[in-house]
Amino acid sequence: MAYGLQPLKHVEPHLPSNAAVCRIVMSDTGLKILIVDQNVVRAAIIEEGLRDAGYLNVTVVRDMQNLQQRIVSADPEVIFIDLENPNRDVLEQMFQVSRTVHRPIAMFVDHSDSAAIEAAIDAGVSAYIVDGLKKERVLSIMHTTISRFNSFDRLRQELDKTKSALQERKVIDRAKGILMQERGMDEAAAYGLLRKTAMNENLKLVQVAQSVVTAAQMLSK
Amino acid sequence: MLQGVTRKTLVIGFIPLLDCASLIAAVEKGFVAEEGLHVALVRETSWANIRDRLVVGHFDAAHMLGPMALASTLGIGHLKVPLVAPYAMGSGSNAITVTNDLWAQMKQHGAALGADPTQQGKALAAIVRARNDQGLPPLTFGMVYPFSCHNYELRYWLSVAGIDPDRDVRLVVIPPPLSVDALRAGQVDGYCVGEPWNSLAVAAGVGCIVTPNSAIWQWNPEKVLGFRQEWAEKNPDRFDALLRAMYKASKWCDDSENRRELAEILSEPKYVGVAPDVLRLGLSRRYVCEPGSIPLDAPESMVFAAHDVTFPWVSHAAWFYSQMVRWGQVKPSATTAVAACTTYRPDLYRRALKPLNINTPSNDTKLESRNAKGTGGFFDGKTFDAAKLEAYIASSPSISRGEFTKDAVGMS
Repeated sequence: MAYGLQPLKHVEPHLPSNAAVCRIVMSDTGLKILIVDQNVVRAAIIEEGLRDAGYLNVTVVRDMQNLQQRIVSADPEVIFIDLENPNRDVLEQMFQVSRTVHRPIAMFVDHSDSAAIEAAIDAGVSAYIVDGLKKERVLSIMHTTISRFNSFDRLRQELDKTKSALQERKVIDRAKGILMQERGMDEAAAYGLLRKTAMNENLKLVQVAQSVVTAAQMLSK
Repeated sequence: MLQGVTRKTLVIGFIPLLDCASLIAAVEKGFVAEEGLHVALVRETSWANIRDRLVVGHFDAAHMLGPMALASTLGIGHLKVPLVAPYAMGSGSNAITVTNDLWAQMKQHGAALGADPTQQGKALAAIVRARNDQGLPPLTFGMVYPFSCHNYELRYWLSVAGIDPDRDVRLVVIPPPLSVDALRAGQVDGYCVGEPWNSLAVAAGVGCIVTPNSAIWQWNPEKVLGFRQEWAEKNPDRFDALLRAMYKASKWCDDSENRRELAEILSEPKYVGVAPDVLRLGLSRRYVCEPGSIPLDAPESMVFAAHDVTFPWVSHAAWFYSQMVRWGQVKPSATTAVAACTTYRPDLYRRALKPLNINTPSNDTKLESRNAKGTGGFFDGKTFDAAKLEAYIASSPSISRGEFTKDAVGMS
């Protein structure tokens, strides 16, 4: 674990600036971070992002069984959980009943955090930090995680788009096949007919193709 | 992201449970449209998400646990954002279920199908004591959220039976959709959750229903429609219109003639997403308590409108507050008591429903006591009078008192 020397005034800014006291604090990259995410790909993307940013002490929990036990043994200072996870309410209870966890954990609790909370919720993640941990120390971790959540989202959207394009392609191919067989057309003519019908009916090509496929299914025994 | 959302669209969050029925019916049966509103419903996965998205403004209103609204107003554990709860979404949708194994043991100690909570509690207490004597680990019970009627009613029932909810058993949070699996896997020995998750456990053959919560506290308060106070003040017309639509929908849901259709609507994947026959059983005011047993009537369960259950009784907020103090979530003070109680807004309820020309309760509070016929109030016969809140708190012993969690707020 990395340690560094920091003047105390950076840690406790309310002390007089002439306080010539220094003490050893754990450097931020040594913070113990726990990611609770059932989505394996996203968890990997976040973990990688945090490691790239120099945070090496990252644990990922994917299996939700005995969540409490896992958190106690990981003993994290920062916890991220995705908002799709119903186990968020399990965490809330653990932070209320601090006796059950080894170290009391608190959330962002004052109003100055509302922008950070909102950005996190927009991205689909929630963060919890150990009580007493200075928020400034966690902000860059927050930013990394949020941006990773957002890039995962973009990836997912692109994947969805690709998937549906593939699906449309399949339907159109089947419709062409049906027309070629039933009407004795060649491929280009079948495609042309689909396109012309779509234009005339003010429909999407895939909608017309789907109608052809459905009709063929209904007419066949 | 949501289709057809305009600046005027009300975005309302909900959790898939039977007691979100009036909200779903308000949209599906055209009551919001009748009031000139356009509503987009958003299904959420956790109460924490509901709270966060309401306080940061993603939602204009939300189906939420009554005590959650108090917790946000008091700023316990999260941002301090004043919320208002002007509308209660019904009563009697929760129950307590245990594993078949624990139920068999309880029956050996005097518990019986459909018996009152006192008898069931005594049986459980005998088992808890025996386990303690034998050095066995404590039983684990699940509930849905730290600030919930489930948590407080489960603790109330256990305490009356002489079981310390913090020392003699373990209480954990269990998200309702995961509850049946947790019971099957033996992660919990029992739980207190809303329907249909109790009936589902019995239908799946993994648990037995000990008691509906309506037997613990008749006409108990549960979910509310919560708003940010600031939003409610800035948008009085839409706020009032939404409450009227909710009231009409609650009446519609309460009509037994409509329960079949209601079960069909709620069974849609975008709402509760559970098979309609299970939902119909949950809505039927009857419980099959043991796998294969005959259904028992529970006429006080699943009430959406009758008995003034939609009225936001300030005394309900006061009782929640008394339990927050009892279990160490809030430090008692006049300031926190007033802030908690004024989260419930009967004045706004009356204002909104005025054009409907209905009779609304003229008092803001009511006495919670069991009458000579054995109905109303709490099962142990103890009276709750909101005017004597301090004395009630003093007379409700708990080991946790004095050991406030670090998030507890207020002046001592």
